[in-house]
Amino acid sequence: MTTAGSEQNKAPGSIGGATGMNVRDQIRQPLWLLAELTYSCPLQCPYCSNPMDFAKVKKELSTEEWISVFKQAREMGATQLGFSGGEPMTRPDLVELIKAARDLGFYTNLITSGVGLDSTKVAEFKEAGLDHIQVSFQASSEDLNNLIAGTDAFKHKIEMAKAVKANGYPMVLCFVTHRQNIDQIDEILDLCIELEADYVELATTQYYGWAMHNRDQLMPMKEQLNRAEAIAHRYQEEQKGKMKVYYVVPDYYEERPKACMNGWGNIFLTVTPDGTALPCHAARELPGMSLPNVKDMSVREIWEGSDDFNMFRGFEWMTEPCRSCDEKEKDFGGCRCQAFMLTGDATNADPVCSKSPHHHLIEEAVEAGRLESEKPVIEQKPLVFRNPKNSKQIAGK
Amino acid sequence: MSEAIFKADSVPVLAQGYRFQWEPAQDCNVLLYPEGMVKLNPAAGEILKRINDKKQTVAELIAELKVAFNGADLDDDVYQFLEEAHDNSWIRAE
Repeated sequence: MTTAGSEQNKAPGSIGGATGMNVRDQIRQPLWLLAELTYSCPLQCPYCSNPMDFAKVKKELSTEEWISVFKQAREMGATQLGFSGGEPMTRPDLVELIKAARDLGFYTNLITSGVGLDSTKVAEFKEAGLDHIQVSFQASSEDLNNLIAGTDAFKHKIEMAKAVKANGYPMVLCFVTHRQNIDQIDEILDLCIELEADYVELATTQYYGWAMHNRDQLMPMKEQLNRAEAIAHRYQEEQKGKMKVYYVVPDYYEERPKACMNGWGNIFLTVTPDGTALPCHAARELPGMSLPNVKDMSVREIWEGSDDFNMFRGFEWMTEPCRSCDEKEKDFGGCRCQAFMLTGDATNADPVCSKSPHHHLIEEAVEAGRLESEKPVIEQKPLVFRNPKNSKQIAGK
Repeated sequence: MSEAIFKADSVPVLAQGYRFQWEPAQDCNVLLYPEGMVKLNPAAGEILKRINDKKQTVAELIAELKVAFNGADLDDDVYQFLEEAHDNSWIRAE
């Protein structure tokens, strides 16, 4: 008898970063299904990765349509299902969807802001078979101040955290950091200790959707990151065995791109509220996408045969310097959406890479953030908040 | 080497948040956990299946495996696997 030879798969969290999931040796299967149930959300986070024109989406998939998607993806090998949004708890059929997914054998993950999450709801989710809850706190400095100051919001968070733990779930907290809150990282971590968090992810804002629009106002400065990293490391040491702290350096400050989605059309399938299937949740903004919909085609047809999912599979589509790069199998040339947004061509190297001829665009974006931060407050561009009104205004009718 | 976690009378159980199941699409047993999956080889699958099925001591678990595998001498392999699985946070001792 030999001992466990095994493969570890770690899939991206809710925010859009991909960590190393390594399944090269097998046929591509959509192991991860991200179900963006709705674009409704009680919050207006300016770093949201939802598309700017989300207000255009009027009709969400029905309960039956979602369950059919779950069934099809499960048959193709999907094991992880993320309920996301918007705020998935605004779907009145969430409990039903959790139960259906769990009965199909999915490992079910709820990615929520925690707004409206109380002990009754958590107990219902548990009963339906939900496996895991990740609470993403909206951490604008104002919200944080309210939390730290012990307001009603703070009391609610404490109660919610207790309910999560009382139902046998670990307390998994995610904070999205950016220039305007990253200096409060020690207060954020103290709050996590108070909430008896088991895992804390200090996720850095990634510039898609609304966050891209607000990039100048959200971009953290190098000095801030150095300080934040040192503090995160201190808490990692102090909390060893109690609270696990994950801290990720923003990719704009890296020399190599992230292995986005662990490769295009490789393990990831996102289905948006209206049924559009995407290789990643930001891909809607790429040009030339046919945007297949699960209402018109089977999930298998979309995954195996659609132009969208085949567009950046393998290495043939690559341009230099990726094409001849010996690291291409490690990072797949980075993020297609970032390459398109910054260089205008989705087949270019992700400009985060220092080998990219467009790397200066990253440095300029950091510099633009610095210039913005150095302006007197009154002259700084205001953050544009993610809400239906702004969505309609910016994206047009 | 740190001291062994598992002794003959320890009861191994799956760690919080871990789920064991057979995956037809992978043609193997797997452990599922938040946002991830571990594919198990047949031996690991046999051990974890029994840990998942019922609470029993390591001694009972080994006895059961010996019956299933024609009296094979597998004590050391089981102990080694349990320690590895514990290091990976898949299981804990009760």
